[in-house]
Amino acid sequence: MLDRAPLLSVKNLEAWYGESHILHGVDFDVFPGEVVTLLGRNGAGKTTTLKSVMGIVGQRKGSVKMEDAELIRLTSDKIAKTGIAFCPEERGIFSSLDVQENLFLPPQLRPGGLSAERIFELFPNLKERLHSQGTKLSGGEQQMLAIGRILRTGARLLLLDEPTEGLAPVIIQQIGNTIKMLKDQGFTILLVEQNFRFASTVADRFYIMEHGKVVERFANSELDAKREKLHEYLGV
Amino acid sequence: MFEIFGIPSQALFGQLLIGLINGSFYALLSLGLAVIFGMLNIINFAHGAQYMLGAFAAYLLLQLTGIGYWPALILAPIIVGIIGIVIERTMLQWLYKLDHLYGLLLTFGLALVIEGVFRNYYGSSGQPYQVPSSLAGGHNLGFMFLPNYRAWVIVASLIVCFGTWFVIEKTRLGSYLRAATENPTLVRAFGINVPRMITLTYGFGVALAAFAGVMAAPIYNVSPQMGSDIIIVVFAVVVIGGMGSIMGAILTGFSLGIAEGLTKVFFPEASSTVIFVIMAIVLLTRPAGLFGRG
Repeated sequence: MLDRAPLLSVKNLEAWYGESHILHGVDFDVFPGEVVTLLGRNGAGKTTTLKSVMGIVGQRKGSVKMEDAELIRLTSDKIAKTGIAFCPEERGIFSSLDVQENLFLPPQLRPGGLSAERIFELFPNLKERLHSQGTKLSGGEQQMLAIGRILRTGARLLLLDEPTEGLAPVIIQQIGNTIKMLKDQGFTILLVEQNFRFASTVADRFYIMEHGKVVERFANSELDAKREKLHEYLGV
Repeated sequence: MFEIFGIPSQALFGQLLIGLINGSFYALLSLGLAVIFGMLNIINFAHGAQYMLGAFAAYLLLQLTGIGYWPALILAPIIVGIIGIVIERTMLQWLYKLDHLYGLLLTFGLALVIEGVFRNYYGSSGQPYQVPSSLAGGHNLGFMFLPNYRAWVIVASLIVCFGTWFVIEKTRLGSYLRAATENPTLVRAFGINVPRMITLTYGFGVALAAFAGVMAAPIYNVSPQMGSDIIIVVFAVVVIGGMGSIMGAILTGFSLGIAEGLTKVFFPEASSTVIFVIMAIVLLTRPAGLFGRG
């Protein structure tokens, strides 16, 4: 896999919220068709890294390349058009929109997105509650809606920020199955997770972040050998 | 002729009609304010001046080029809407991250400048603008006389108000607008050009004010202070309906116009203050307004 050109290549990425310097030179690559997870303690800069890739932090510098396209100077709407879709940690379900409106809100920017029928096969609960207010869904259903709506857009790279946060184990399992199915369908996924047990079941490779930098990287096959490092960085 | 509560039907329904006419303008103007506040978070104090600009655009189109009422009803909102877009691009866009007060002060200052310029050239007295010949005259309904132009104003404003509500609440474009009102950053990350949408929304809100101005021209004449006369009442309407509520702005606009008209019949001394009394009561009992969230 690694002898191919990366789909997403992040080099020396720095980011700021106002005066606060959050990312201090983040480097990582995501190759086509793989699931990569950013791990780290709270405040390590994982979410800020996703937001920086998507262009929604106040100030950033360095290099973020989607294939050959440099994204660092682009606005987030133009970044989305390169084939990246973002599912935020807080899910971003709009309370003034019903489930159907939420699901069809992101426009189809490129060919290759999933059809509505396919999304309803993946998340049948959504079809039953199409006319409910988006924020009246359960946490699990809101997460399905947040993931489902970005699958229509034709994005090749999905940025998922803590998709299992606060969810019941049965829902986490469903989200895990969905991620594996999306990988099988050729989607590339960059995942931020606190739930290491979940991440270890879906990710091909891991980057561990600390103090706004990547401090360790390893493949899923190296998990056993890295137990000590994981304990040191994550306490798991 | 018959009487209701001792009031001749002609007087009662005449005042109801005036109330509905005023309500039509309140609804159109408060709708524009609600759309602008919802999307831009700007309290557009220049709205009255933009309403006046619409009336003057119709007047000047007629005086300078001979373009009459019907084309002006389309052209004036477009012209004033473009002026609004220029204002948003050159001035308002720098204020979104600042306190509401800055937007309020800027638009209030703009209103004073625009009104001052027109007062300098046209004085304070109103310029007459004729009712279009196709809507001259009226119909005797038996219990009241209904002038055609006034009936047209009520019907046209109902169509425009509910058309706007339909677009915002029931279409895909409307779902973009509602979503961008809640979380513009995420909507932009979905690939939607939110800054352009904000600019066009301001242009549309301003065009609504100009549309109301053109419709008002044959009724109230065209004068530089026609906007400042109405805008304070319109802000009271918006507060009563709930800031940013589209349906609230429409229903409250028409209802308060009628309430004002009926007060003129039954207790004329209170007719100019009744809306503000209602505003005080609503603020005390439902601070977010009758249709506002929160």
